[in-house]
Amino acid sequence: MALPETVSLPPARADFRDTTVGRLLRRPSALLGLILLAGILAMAAFADIAFTGDPLDMAGMPLLRPGEDAAFPLGTDMMGRDLASGIFHGARVSLLIGGVAALVSLVIGIGIGALSGYYGGRIDRALMRVTELFQTIPPFLFTLALVAILQPSIATITAAIGITSWSGLARLVRAEVLRLRNSELAQASIILGASDARIIFRHILPNALAPVIVSASILVATAILTESSLSFLGLGDPNVVSWGGMVGAGRETIRTDPHVAAIPGVAIVIAVLALNLLGDGLNDVLNTKGERR
Amino acid sequence: MSDPVSSEPVLAVDGLSIGFQTRRGLLPAVRELSFSVRSGEMLAIVGESGCGKSLTALALLGLVPPPGRVTGGTVRLEGRDLLALDEAALRRVRGARMSMIFQEPMTALNPVLTVGEQIMEAILEHEAVSRKAARERTLALLERVRIPDPERRFAEYPHRLSGGMRQRVMIAMALAGAPAVLVADEPTTALDVTIQAQILGLIDELRREQGTAVVFITHDLGVVSRYVDRVLVMYAGRKVEERDTRDLFAGPLHPYTRGLIAAQPRAGAGAAGAERERLAEIPGTVPALAAMPPGCAFAPRCPLADARCVQAVPPPRRAGSGLVACHHAGETHAL
Amino acid sequence: MLTYLRRSAAQVVFVLLGIALINFFLLHLAPGDAAQVLAGESGAATPEYMEALRRQFGLDQPLHVQFLRYLGNLVTFDLGYSFRQSLPVSELILQRLPATLLLMGTAIGFALVAGCSLGFLAARRAGKLTDTVISIVALLFYATPVFWVGIMLIVVFSVILDWLPVGGMTSVEANLSGLALVGDVALHLVLPAVTLGLFYLAIYARLMRAAMLEVYGQDFVRTARAKGVRPRRIAWRHVLRNALLPIVTTLGVQLGSILGGAVLVETVFSWPGLGRLAFAALFQRDLNLLLGILFCSSVVVVLVNIAVDLVYTLLDPRIELN
Repeated sequence: MALPETVSLPPARADFRDTTVGRLLRRPSALLGLILLAGILAMAAFADIAFTGDPLDMAGMPLLRPGEDAAFPLGTDMMGRDLASGIFHGARVSLLIGGVAALVSLVIGIGIGALSGYYGGRIDRALMRVTELFQTIPPFLFTLALVAILQPSIATITAAIGITSWSGLARLVRAEVLRLRNSELAQASIILGASDARIIFRHILPNALAPVIVSASILVATAILTESSLSFLGLGDPNVVSWGGMVGAGRETIRTDPHVAAIPGVAIVIAVLALNLLGDGLNDVLNTKGERR
Repeated sequence: MSDPVSSEPVLAVDGLSIGFQTRRGLLPAVRELSFSVRSGEMLAIVGESGCGKSLTALALLGLVPPPGRVTGGTVRLEGRDLLALDEAALRRVRGARMSMIFQEPMTALNPVLTVGEQIMEAILEHEAVSRKAARERTLALLERVRIPDPERRFAEYPHRLSGGMRQRVMIAMALAGAPAVLVADEPTTALDVTIQAQILGLIDELRREQGTAVVFITHDLGVVSRYVDRVLVMYAGRKVEERDTRDLFAGPLHPYTRGLIAAQPRAGAGAAGAERERLAEIPGTVPALAAMPPGCAFAPRCPLADARCVQAVPPPRRAGSGLVACHHAGETHAL
Repeated sequence: MLTYLRRSAAQVVFVLLGIALINFFLLHLAPGDAAQVLAGESGAATPEYMEALRRQFGLDQPLHVQFLRYLGNLVTFDLGYSFRQSLPVSELILQRLPATLLLMGTAIGFALVAGCSLGFLAARRAGKLTDTVISIVALLFYATPVFWVGIMLIVVFSVILDWLPVGGMTSVEANLSGLALVGDVALHLVLPAVTLGLFYLAIYARLMRAAMLEVYGQDFVRTARAKGVRPRRIAWRHVLRNALLPIVTTLGVQLGSILGGAVLVETVFSWPGLGRLAFAALFQRDLNLLLGILFCSSVVVVLVNIAVDLVYTLLDPRIELN
């Protein structure tokens, strides 16, 4: 049926409402995601001001319930560490590791995907084999092994997560590049003798940006989950506080004081939820072609 | 061709209007369309893509997809207004009293069900017969639409069949309930020329033998001219001319119809491999739904248009064997 | 079929080679020489044993010879010896594998059935309250770390309600056998399987909803409606079967991630599987065991993926094996 095409509406005013950001803000779920994310960013930014002192130090009576002592609104754990302070400082670690790890996998994923899709042939086959390999090795176990061998620190955790989580993105970028490489624009540039690098960076990658942006937000979310899982297992950087580590420490007291494990978990859920909501929103807004229900 | 006086029309459409619900209001896509078909008669609805003909076909079975919806009129099948029925009652009509075949035989069949299962389903959903009986009937239907080796084809999946074969399967499926009306929405457009002729011949034969009324939707006037009794020409959601086929080809009254006929390749020209060769193009395109001119929608493309055409929509007028809606009806010989 | 088998065989070989290479690389990445790494670092091994290890691995030889030796060991499924557990690594892994497969299988089954049902329901009620509620729940589960879900489920169902055991695979004190043992294991399995399954349930629910809605827009659904098929039957017979195809594909892609999740769940629930073995290896710095687990779980992923491919060809008649 060639019917929907005939419904061509007069162009609306090109104002803020129609920009990507404007359309994003009009979606309640994406807006909620942005607000939550802004909240976590603010927690990370003001952690030192709101809670002076090391969050790993004993600050008060151990195992205070939330609300029991006004100085510790979220209570304390069995070592007397302030949970609220841990949540604020933990936001830093989560966002830092999540963000940088996502960046690492973006660089690897885009690089491999672009080379593979652009050059095709033997390079493509070889790179895709490697990608398949990385998809086969259980990523979390792989990360675990890497961190265990390299000794846990913020840098090694970030690198390990980045190295093990790019395979899906590489396939996505490859598919996009394959599609765009055969577009008229890219073909014209090839005929005009533009260098490969120029074609890839000027003509192909910018057009493949939409799906990459969407996966970037999901990558950050996944990286935060992985980091929290590592530190839950005790493979976090021992010198910094982390939400996953806080849940792990709270395990000891779930029979008597389940809030110690519960509260940092809620923080993880909110951070990951915020990024997923944002990713879903971006997907809807940027992928207008698939959204014609 | 069909019995001229005989009976009441089996399908009577009156004042059918269809629109698209958008954020900026309702955009009318089909306006005040009326026509009727008698048993054994074949009516072609012809127009360019976007004129509302496919939407009309879907509306007959109550299948207009949102945001489109029927905004007025009646569709009477054997005396009963289908638009007044609820979904459950309408479902019992579809595939039983009126059925439909579609343009794309490649995508119109479910890829994960066998051909036989899909035809049997059309029987089993309407009649309380055993699976065995339904299977027998399905095999007979496959034979009826001249699919060789029905036993084997019955168990085959659609992707194993050619386009022409799939369209035969679609026809078999549509005939399963021995419907009074068959709506065919461009059933030959996606097929090769030789297959087109076979499928058209098959539909023609079936309606003669079974007395099924056929509403044949097409953009290609030439394809159907040999088979249909009457032609209804649509332009931008309205009927502009409706005539007996012979009269229409002998002397089109609407300038748009004339353009359509002139745009057909002459018989035999196809042999030169230039089957799509346009002998006379109609300049311009169909106006967008949201930018419909106040007067005759064809006026911007019409060589005869004058001030009256731009201001007022021409009402349908009786003309010989049919109707025409043009201020300058009959002046086309001047072109 | 033959071409398909040959191709999967080639794929298996390549993946095994790749993992061997990665493992070998990791061994050399660790501080100390491979013998120290393999024996566990804290000097628990005797000097004689260390010397034997050095000779066995040919650490005096050039790297490529070392790699070939390592490869030779892997091919014969000789994954080395776990000094910490005093057992060959392969034996340890084979002991623990069934428990992990049981956990994963149950979790996947639960996630598939419940996730697809919820997605199916949401798609059929698209835009209505049911859809909204299901979508929100799926979104929440999708954002929740498995280890935390596990702990919270323990708090609710074991600590507060006292309905289900806190962990382990069997009740140690009761010496059960036969049907009673099966029931006991099943009871212990509920929480870990649900914990591991919830995340994937969320994924399948979202995916199923999207796939169903997409299939609803396809031509053959319109054909089915045009021939008067009942809406229920359209949903079950025409839409569902086609919507399951992307689910199966996703399942294959996610196997590795499910295995990773199993590590966490087994740790939380003391489930005696590969994950807990890995966790123990991690803390005893038993790297040889850890890398052996990594190798074996990759093999499991490859093999199950081949099985998933076969299932796909059964579901989609358009795909033929070659």
